[in-house]
Amino acid sequence: MTYVWAFVVGGLICVVGQILLDVCKMTPGAAMSTLVVCGAILDGLKLYEPLIEFAGAGATVPITSFGNALVHGALAELQRDGWIGIVTGIFEVTSAGISSAIIFSFLAALFVKPKG
Amino acid sequence: MANKNTRKITPTQKEYQDLAKRIEPKRPVFKNCLRAFLVGGSICLFGQVLQEMFMHYFHFDQSKAGNPTVACLIFISVVLTSFGVYDKFAQWAGAGSAVPVTGFANSMASAAIEYRSEGLVLGTGSNMFKLAGSVIVFGTFSAFVVGLIYLIFGIDAG
Amino acid sequence: MAGHRTWVFENRPVIVGTATVVGPEEGNGPLANDFDIIHGDKMLGQKSWEKAEHMLLEEAVKLALENAGITKEQVNYYVGGDLLNQITSSSLTARTLSVPYIGVFGACSTSMESLALAAFLVNAGGAKHVLSATSSHNSTAEKQFRYPTEYGSQKPPTAQYTVTGAGAAVVASSGNGPVITSATIGRVVDMGITDPFNMGAAMAPAAVDTIQAHLRDLNRQPSDYDMIVTGDLATVGYQIALELFRKHNVPIEDTHYDDCGLMVYDLKKQPVQAGGSGCACSATVTYGHLLKRMARGELNRLLVVATGALLSPLTYQQGESIPCIAHAVCIENGGTGA
Repeated sequence: MTYVWAFVVGGLICVVGQILLDVCKMTPGAAMSTLVVCGAILDGLKLYEPLIEFAGAGATVPITSFGNALVHGALAELQRDGWIGIVTGIFEVTSAGISSAIIFSFLAALFVKPKG
Repeated sequence: MANKNTRKITPTQKEYQDLAKRIEPKRPVFKNCLRAFLVGGSICLFGQVLQEMFMHYFHFDQSKAGNPTVACLIFISVVLTSFGVYDKFAQWAGAGSAVPVTGFANSMASAAIEYRSEGLVLGTGSNMFKLAGSVIVFGTFSAFVVGLIYLIFGIDAG
Repeated sequence: MAGHRTWVFENRPVIVGTATVVGPEEGNGPLANDFDIIHGDKMLGQKSWEKAEHMLLEEAVKLALENAGITKEQVNYYVGGDLLNQITSSSLTARTLSVPYIGVFGACSTSMESLALAAFLVNAGGAKHVLSATSSHNSTAEKQFRYPTEYGSQKPPTAQYTVTGAGAAVVASSGNGPVITSATIGRVVDMGITDPFNMGAAMAPAAVDTIQAHLRDLNRQPSDYDMIVTGDLATVGYQIALELFRKHNVPIEDTHYDDCGLMVYDLKKQPVQAGGSGCACSATVTYGHLLKRMARGELNRLLVVATGALLSPLTYQQGESIPCIAHAVCIENGGTGA
């Protein structure tokens, strides 16, 4: 069942993105940034974690989950270390995504030329 | 004539802009949304399959299985970008390919590959985050703001 | 000079040699047979897109000189430009040529801007041979103005596809070939369009403005021309131009009006959205296809109106609208007179 919801929720988040691009005429960068901020706000409202429980990868794969992960890191560290945590904890949870993106992109640049 | 807010449009310009808007082919919004839904949903579904696989065969637990899943999707996206097919696919899929984390990886890989001609340091190194940078900046800042609100209002983060 | 901004070339400068070099997509288009060299590799075996564009221009220039039957030492001036920052493709080509160089920037209107200046120099007795050349490359344009070439962004239907190619022409004081009889220099027209993915809408008013000025200055009608062609208005700009002609009572239907951006690609089969653009669009279509038609006697008087959008990535990000310009050159069959 989670498979169905992963498909539907993931698809719907992408539709929101498409509307930002086509109707609001945002640039891709602006649209993705907006979605990340939405993910952060939803996690702040304690709504994103239930969405992940419900839709699985449908909520963790879209870029919105990046905002969610950043807030998680900040809040977890806030609990643990107090006020400094909202600065030091932000990248705790997200390193998999950013590290792998940097590493693989760098390797690609070493071995591949653009095809146009 | 620099600031969008203070620029005055003359009646001739307004009339012309209305004409241009009338003639401009409209974006196929419904078709694009449908494609975005299908492709985005499929990528997420594939991500779900990957995640279950990591949980069953590699014994990751629920909370941690997201990490290798994301890494896998990023790897696949970088490979497709390297083969020069991601951009063709994205023209069709629109937000369906841009919104999942694959889009984030594509933005970094495409920049890294493109600017290689300017060298690894000044080219690839400096420009890798050209497109992805705003996502990271705004994500980080909004996380900070949320954390600040929790701190100020003493909301329980548990 | 005639009227406000039209030069009439009474000494009849002649285009004695041309050359067009294009990339694979243009080679798959409807005008493939009219181009001199078609490259299958978009990078021309070079290490970067910019180096590839430079190669295109060098090849076109070399071939144009050969076709004109002159050596580079006989070239008095080279007038040229391109889309790249600091027009480096042209400057590097000028370095190879080692001739006096006048670099110009007119974005996609550069072909006719440089041709007009070349004709003026020759007509005024300031030179015997002037080379006019321009180039553009889809990937260098994407990289500089929009996104890295492998980036997956979805282009809207109004977007245009920069032509990968180069076109060069040698203008001389005497010889066999089509004659440049007049040229109208454009002025910047900005109707407040801000969308860089809709350049056709931004450029159409400039094209119409220059065409009207040209006809007014020479006291002519569209019917005096066998063909009037704009540089790269493509689908959207072309439709808008037709509306504007109608609004301003210009009987454009009395002549054959077309657009290079619509001619260079097969819009149904090739993924080029609204059509072609770029400096090489007007250059390759004019020097490759239209002048061949003129040589066959199909066209006797042709007006080529190259259109350019003078924006930069920075002006767009800073909220500025897109200023545009169009330069017109009237070319006539060498056999018959004006």
